[in-house]
Amino acid sequence: MTHYLDHAATTPVHPLVAEAMVAELARVGNPSSVHAPGRAARRAVEESRERLAATLGARPSEVVWTSGGTEADNLAVKGLWWARHGADPRRIRVLVSAVEHHAVLDPARWLATQGADVVELPVHPDGALDLDALAAELSEHGDRVALVSVMWANNEIGTVQPLAEVVELAHAHGVPVHTDAVQAFGHLPVDLRAIAVDAVTISAHKLGGPVGVGALVARRGLELVPVLHGGGQERSVRSGTLDAVGSVGMALAAELAVADLPTEAVRLAALRDALVDGARRLVPDAVLRGPEPSTGRRLPHSAHLTFPGCEGDSLLYLMDSRGVACSTGSACAAGVPQPSHVLLACGVDEADARGALRFSLGRTSTAQDVEAVLAALPEVVARAKAAGLASAPARRVG
Amino acid sequence: MRVLAALSGGVDSAVAAARAVDAGHDVVGVHMALSRSRAEHRTGSRGCCTIEDASDARRSADVLGIGYYVWDLSERFEETVVADFLSEYAAGRTPNPCVRCNEHIKFSALLDKATALGFDAVCTGHYARVELPEDGRRSLHRARDAAKDQSYVLAVMGPERLARAMFPLGTVATKDDVRAEAAARGLPVSAKPDSYDLCFVADGDTQGFLRERLGSTPGDVVDADGAVVGRHDGAWAFTVGQRKGLGLGRPAADGRPRYVLDVRPATNTVVVGAAELLSVTGLRGADVVWFDPPSAGWTAGEVQLRAHGTPVPARWRAADGGLEVRLDRPVRGLAAGQSAVGYLGDRVAVQATIDEVDRR
Repeated sequence: MTHYLDHAATTPVHPLVAEAMVAELARVGNPSSVHAPGRAARRAVEESRERLAATLGARPSEVVWTSGGTEADNLAVKGLWWARHGADPRRIRVLVSAVEHHAVLDPARWLATQGADVVELPVHPDGALDLDALAAELSEHGDRVALVSVMWANNEIGTVQPLAEVVELAHAHGVPVHTDAVQAFGHLPVDLRAIAVDAVTISAHKLGGPVGVGALVARRGLELVPVLHGGGQERSVRSGTLDAVGSVGMALAAELAVADLPTEAVRLAALRDALVDGARRLVPDAVLRGPEPSTGRRLPHSAHLTFPGCEGDSLLYLMDSRGVACSTGSACAAGVPQPSHVLLACGVDEADARGALRFSLGRTSTAQDVEAVLAALPEVVARAKAAGLASAPARRVG
Repeated sequence: MRVLAALSGGVDSAVAAARAVDAGHDVVGVHMALSRSRAEHRTGSRGCCTIEDASDARRSADVLGIGYYVWDLSERFEETVVADFLSEYAAGRTPNPCVRCNEHIKFSALLDKATALGFDAVCTGHYARVELPEDGRRSLHRARDAAKDQSYVLAVMGPERLARAMFPLGTVATKDDVRAEAAARGLPVSAKPDSYDLCFVADGDTQGFLRERLGSTPGDVVDADGAVVGRHDGAWAFTVGQRKGLGLGRPAADGRPRYVLDVRPATNTVVVGAAELLSVTGLRGADVVWFDPPSAGWTAGEVQLRAHGTPVPARWRAADGGLEVRLDRPVRGLAAGQSAVGYLGDRVAVQATIDEVDRR
């Protein structure tokens, strides 16, 4: 029996979504073809576009279908920089928060090798963007900034960013704002009528849809230089055969998640709080990273804890061997967990950052999942402490 | 038993893990990340532990149906194995990093971590046999395939750690049998070439690695009488017994080939001379690992002085906290830093690191 507490990594596909996709799989037609089967496929894509836009308070024409969140982030960061810098060569700076997902950070860092000036803005210890730092950057260099990218909510420690303030500051200098809402959409209300952000990344597989489809929701009139050139789909912003099956899946997944959001957010927050309270009781030196749940400034469904003296890979193995699927919350380039850049940006020292576990809940999570974590936790932490840190000084072999 | 199978991505460790599974153990696979700068793909067979090796290890674990994790031991590896490698060369000695890895990493850091996490043993693809005779003390023996036998590099682990080591390949007839077994089990690595050279020198250029880490320090090449006969770029580039690459412009007065006799870091000189000056009749070993109780009286057996070297009949005894070895016949080109392993028949009796050689 596996207890799955890694919904932030990916979510189980909703049965209704699977059903709708299978039905669409049975049909043939390239949505760009002019004939009847093509038009039928196109209709599925366009209806999905309208339905998805409605869940976000966006206009259908603002939805650009992509293969997922990473592609949408690349299109936003690179596309906005190339467009803005192309129109005004003085606009050479890219401002990103230091806690962005690698799908935003790495395109930005790559742009730095192509002539951009990338600034990774500092954050407070709870992961929230330091708005004073952003304000100072903009007041000094505002006319040389091409774009700002700050995520809606952090995938590791759950911090909800002060996006409205970011937008206000950036727009005062004519700078567009992109936000990676991959973790936020489906867990927090995301209404693009209420916030003037210029481009938003979302991904289907984080909210009960399939891997392989996402969207960049970009305001009309926002210039984007394409990453993918080809057949000219999506008004030439994103070429590639339109994915009828994927778009159907994404639209339905979004509708279901948004409809259930009010009750699910409350239910999951209660489970999450039980997990955090229990963990702190059982392991008094465990530290919750990110804002306290009571502040209301963190995602409702996730908890990130660090355990002193433990190595993340030991914790992960011990949990996995007890049937608890969770994460160390950090990207593994070569399969080796690295101390999270998010924790390091929050001022956590490297040794503490190594012993991290992230638990994230979702539609299929129950109280039994939380109980399984709490039942395993004391022995897991005790053994992980005994295994120590691999970086501890070598003992002399006697 | 709960067994942690170290999977390098090669065929030996994969088949070893498979045999542990067949024996009914509860096996989990782990790939050790030992290098900080890991290349994406293998460059030929040289080196080891690239990201491609990690993927091969993962596929082997998939086929065997066992768990798979990657553990980062690169810092510990750098500060023990690599640091020792460099400091030994800088001191004019010849290290064996595979021995140090077994001493500090595989049967130390990895084994300790495994034990803390609830494992009973670490399983590897080494060719060696462990036996548990009537008196209950585990013994380490040569593998059945003498050509692949690795008991020489394993001896450093000592009898206590042996109790928690597992070498399923000790009884196979040949390496070809292992490949055939891998193919029969559906392991994709059955045809993967063996890695050779040092695992932490990806392109196989050990000299380049030493030059990069130890730098160029030009000095004199002298003969046994102290006369300068050439120049070198770094004493670390030479090993006792070496004949090639001496860079001496003129031949010796007697026209016979010259060999490195000694590397002296204190004066940054390399001493060369005729072959018979290389002859060694005995040695003293330090950091002795006893498999049999230490004896002040002589024990007669065979001593192996190189990985895959021919063992030499010899006697040894405990002396002054170390090991004294007398060889029954002289051997050429022994260097301090190498490992000496004493065997009684095919059983390992003692291991030590050569500290001093006797040339008489």
